[in-house]
Amino acid sequence: MADALFLAISILTIGSAIAALEMRSLVYGSIALMGTLGGIAGFYVMLDSTFVAMFQLAVYVGSIAVLILFTVMLVKRELIFKKIEDPKRKFAGIGLMLIVILALGAIIMDSGIKTITTDSDPVDFREIGGDFLTYYWPALILMALILAGSVMGALVLARREDTVENEQ
Amino acid sequence: MSNELIEFVLVSIALLGIGIYGLSVKRNAIRMLFAVEIIVNAANLNLVAFARFMPHSGGQTLALFSIAIAAAEVAVGLALIIVAYRMYKNIDIADFRSLKG
Repeated sequence: MADALFLAISILTIGSAIAALEMRSLVYGSIALMGTLGGIAGFYVMLDSTFVAMFQLAVYVGSIAVLILFTVMLVKRELIFKKIEDPKRKFAGIGLMLIVILALGAIIMDSGIKTITTDSDPVDFREIGGDFLTYYWPALILMALILAGSVMGALVLARREDTVENEQ
Repeated sequence: MSNELIEFVLVSIALLGIGIYGLSVKRNAIRMLFAVEIIVNAANLNLVAFARFMPHSGGQTLALFSIAIAAAEVAVGLALIIVAYRMYKNIDIADFRSLKG
């Protein structure tokens, strides 16, 4: 059975995921999204994957959440507090969510996953580092190029051309 | 290991459902990005949980790659939202009628 810590982290994660989508203010919504991402990092620690948990904290809670907060700050004030959604679609969306959760949950509960437990030791993080530098090195280089390219693309996209022309 | 695999998978399914709800109901571009992030995190949680119970290092490696790619995706997505906001003065995706430069 699930212990108290697991229940607490899952309530934090799922509750702040709902709050991130439903809160009126986008600023509080992005702070609630930080709670979801931090809760996922807590799950990684419970799964003995501290390396992935640190990566999650550094990349998601550290940089992506701050990036989202800065983007929210660039938007007009009325738009931050305005709820933009389809009222007609709301019940359809809730129904779709329930169907997905119930159907997938029924399939998973019916499968053999329920009986899987393990007593083996967790994977050592040295092994992950070794994998990165030996077997996965082409993928690592490709990922570095993708990251550099996407950051440059984001900068080029978000650049303002009109201010430079005005100064000239 | 006091927790079972099924518990982590069920939390992941709940997060997936919430993300699908957000993607289908919200029209705010930034909130749709939130929903995408929640779905990506549900997938990563599955990867790490199955890797722990296997046990094999491949799941954690794939989760690390996935986190890095998601960071790139968010950077480009937010830049696109900023450009669209500058063009249309709104973040309602129903207003983004012609996104052709």
